[in-house]
Amino acid sequence: MTGTQSTPRLEITDLDIHFATDGGDVHAVDGVSVSVAPGEILAIVGESGSGKSVTARSILGLLPETAEDSGAILVSGTDVVGLSGKRLRALRGEDVSMIFQEPSSAMNPVFPIWWQLGEGLKAHRPKITRKEIRAEAIAALESVGIPDPAERIDRYPHEFSGGQKQRIMIAMALALGAELIVADEPTTALDVTVQAEILELLRDVRDRFGTSVIIITHNMGVVADLADSVAVMYRGSIIERAGVKELFASPREEYTRKLLAAVPHLGRNSAWTALSREQQQVIEDAAPVVVAKDLVIEYPGRLGRAPFRAVKGVDFQIRAGEVYGLVGESGSGKTTIGRTIAGLERATGGSLQVLGHEMNGVREKDFKPVRRRIGFVFQDPATSFNPHLTIEECIAEPLIVHEPRQSAGDRSRQVRTLLESVELPASYATRYPHELSGGQRQRISLARALVLEPELLIADEPTSALDVSVQATVLELFRELQARLGFAALFISHDLAVVDSLAHRIGVLLRGELVEDGHGPDVLQRPQHEYTRKLIASLPVPDPVEQATRREAFQREWGAGATG
Amino acid sequence: MTLSNPVPPGEGDGTDADLAVESATVAATARSPWYFRLPVVSHLRRSVGLQRGMLITGVVLVVGLLLTALFAPLLAPYGFAATGVDGVKFGGQQPPSAEHLLGTTVTGFDVLSRVIWGTRTAVAVMVCAVIASLFLGVALGLLSGYVGGWLDRVLVMLADAIYAFPSLLLAIVMSIVISGGQSGAWGGIMAAAISITVVFVPQYFRVIRAEVVRLKAEPFVEAAKVIGTGHRRIMGTHLLRNSTRTLPLIFTLNSSEAILTLAALGFLGFGIEPTSASEWGYDLNRAMSDATSGIWWTGLFPGLAIVAAVLGVTLVGESINDLNDPRLRTRRKRSRAQRKKVTA
Repeated sequence: MTGTQSTPRLEITDLDIHFATDGGDVHAVDGVSVSVAPGEILAIVGESGSGKSVTARSILGLLPETAEDSGAILVSGTDVVGLSGKRLRALRGEDVSMIFQEPSSAMNPVFPIWWQLGEGLKAHRPKITRKEIRAEAIAALESVGIPDPAERIDRYPHEFSGGQKQRIMIAMALALGAELIVADEPTTALDVTVQAEILELLRDVRDRFGTSVIIITHNMGVVADLADSVAVMYRGSIIERAGVKELFASPREEYTRKLLAAVPHLGRNSAWTALSREQQQVIEDAAPVVVAKDLVIEYPGRLGRAPFRAVKGVDFQIRAGEVYGLVGESGSGKTTIGRTIAGLERATGGSLQVLGHEMNGVREKDFKPVRRRIGFVFQDPATSFNPHLTIEECIAEPLIVHEPRQSAGDRSRQVRTLLESVELPASYATRYPHELSGGQRQRISLARALVLEPELLIADEPTSALDVSVQATVLELFRELQARLGFAALFISHDLAVVDSLAHRIGVLLRGELVEDGHGPDVLQRPQHEYTRKLIASLPVPDPVEQATRREAFQREWGAGATG
Repeated sequence: MTLSNPVPPGEGDGTDADLAVESATVAATARSPWYFRLPVVSHLRRSVGLQRGMLITGVVLVVGLLLTALFAPLLAPYGFAATGVDGVKFGGQQPPSAEHLLGTTVTGFDVLSRVIWGTRTAVAVMVCAVIASLFLGVALGLLSGYVGGWLDRVLVMLADAIYAFPSLLLAIVMSIVISGGQSGAWGGIMAAAISITVVFVPQYFRVIRAEVVRLKAEPFVEAAKVIGTGHRRIMGTHLLRNSTRTLPLIFTLNSSEAILTLAALGFLGFGIEPTSASEWGYDLNRAMSDATSGIWWTGLFPGLAIVAAVLGVTLVGESINDLNDPRLRTRRKRSRAQRKKVTA
């Protein structure tokens, strides 16, 4: 490569990117200048729409056709802007490589792993033989800590877990000797324990090969854990660039301060300790609204195969007025439990009492009157509304179904009061869902769930699709409404910090089994189960100094077993 | 307390301004008069360049076809079955002249009049066939996709079985069953329309069913289920309106196929009697022997009419498809002045 150690590996100067859209020209990136030194890990943080992904993609020339960029992006001395065809392809892979958010869709499912690695190698070294490719693939997989690489290069992508696939993506970048890796939310789709391993691997790769890494993320914990320096993007420009310790300790910009303040911090404000002793006692004495005893939920298997058991004998109770937080990795069965309580899935064994109705073997006709006493908030605010109905019609839907005799005027008035209680102007009633932002839509979702004043609310990861700052406001609203209306709630999330700030009682699910169940502080400070302890230890906290000690503790206990 | 920040960013400052802009554009679209929001008109306003050219060509051809059909009695110099005027025969196979602008056929019909009257038959078949298959296909697709289970399996199998038939063969069988092969104007039109309907229903059925199956798993449908919304309301309010996005496209493409099927039926001799209605396929059939003896006008003009009609409808359909897809839609480039302003 042309660059020596002293010259930056990436230098962006005055980058401007415009998009041509139906609504006219959109100025997505506005005069961004940033440089990355060899071996530096730069984190770009910002809300969705701040232009962080577009900036990163432009480094590889991966912008869509409607985009138009100007300025200079020097990658190891070559200007990428305006570069096309052959020279751009030569640059990609050898100098700079990219890791995507969703590892399962970044690989071709019909080819084995060695072929996927070989495709990149062949593009840069056309004369490479099959034998050499396989040897290189084995070496690459070994360097990212995949066990038995010689045997596993013949496997297909679906035979690997999400974390392993992300490792293979990193191996691909390394196999070509990329000196700069652009990682676009590389751990967002992964569970928190796997995320810790991937972050460790990226750090290890940097130490061993001197690779520079640009990591795009909205998770401030990840930033604190991995990055050397941070660039904060806001509306297309970098408003603050500083070393990671400096930024977390003394942020200069108001926006950065707000962003950091919005991040939930594990153990800092437990919902249970926030209650007075009398309030705690009231909840303890309340009658349960949901009782699960040895609850089993199975999905029927294909012909000749055993059914898949998603939930394997779970016991828990949700009392009136209590917020029960259910935490677990993807596939642990937490969403299944929530959906079963709402009658979207069937309980197949044990007993599940919801508001006094037995759900095992329930008939839809008998359950229908109970439905008005249950509210449900879905994960993705973008798809949980009928795009053809106005906000008013969306919120009024439960009223139309359950109180058909109510007059249109009363209904409209009720919708407008509810809009106000979720802190949205009543004028939004005539808008359509796509005209609102994600956070506003999630407020509407809350309003719809609460319109019939239910006794039980089920919230399935209601904030995981939102930006950190928006998440904070939605959680605040949820907390306030719960305190005012006093409904019982099942709050499902993969984020321990969020659950702790909201739930009075926390249950930890592991592969369909409830391994831990107790009040917030008990679970977080005195975890009984090995898995709970690992979960807590692997959650990065948004504080680089504290995170460094936590990371060491994690490494001591669970080791760098995965990294080769 | 990490969550007690007074004015959280994002919701507070950034998005407000964004929303103001957004709501302004929304208000602008809401203020534009209703006729600008009609399907083809709104597409026309959004299009640029080649796509706009294609759409305009298509619209002109289709409007021409419809107007000709509407005003056929005024436009055509003679009746479709007239072989003479005031007892004077036109004479067969006359070349184009002042009396007969496009000449006459072997049986002594005026070609221009036949072509103009033929638009009526074409439009009638198109409308009947597409509307019948549209309603039937959408209803079955909605039901099949939503209910699922054995009903779905049986209907899909039936649709596949119909796909397996050569459509023209099916149309011939239908026209024989309905009208014994030859018939009067409405009998012939209905025969053609029903046979085309049978062939097209599986297409609408498939598209709507696939869309409904996809939508059924969407959170907003599940949200309706959690609320306790009844099946009929879920199908009518939540599924139907969201699953009909692609219909205008199939609608236009099938219209052109309907014209072609009608022409093919007529060409094969299963169409409409020349004395009960004019039909391009029949005229083409009669013109076959003329072509070898240098009489070009009897075959060329009905053929051109078919091409123009099919081309017009197809162009409209294809353009609407491209314009509906944001990835295929071309947009106005930024003007040079704007670009300069940015670099400066």
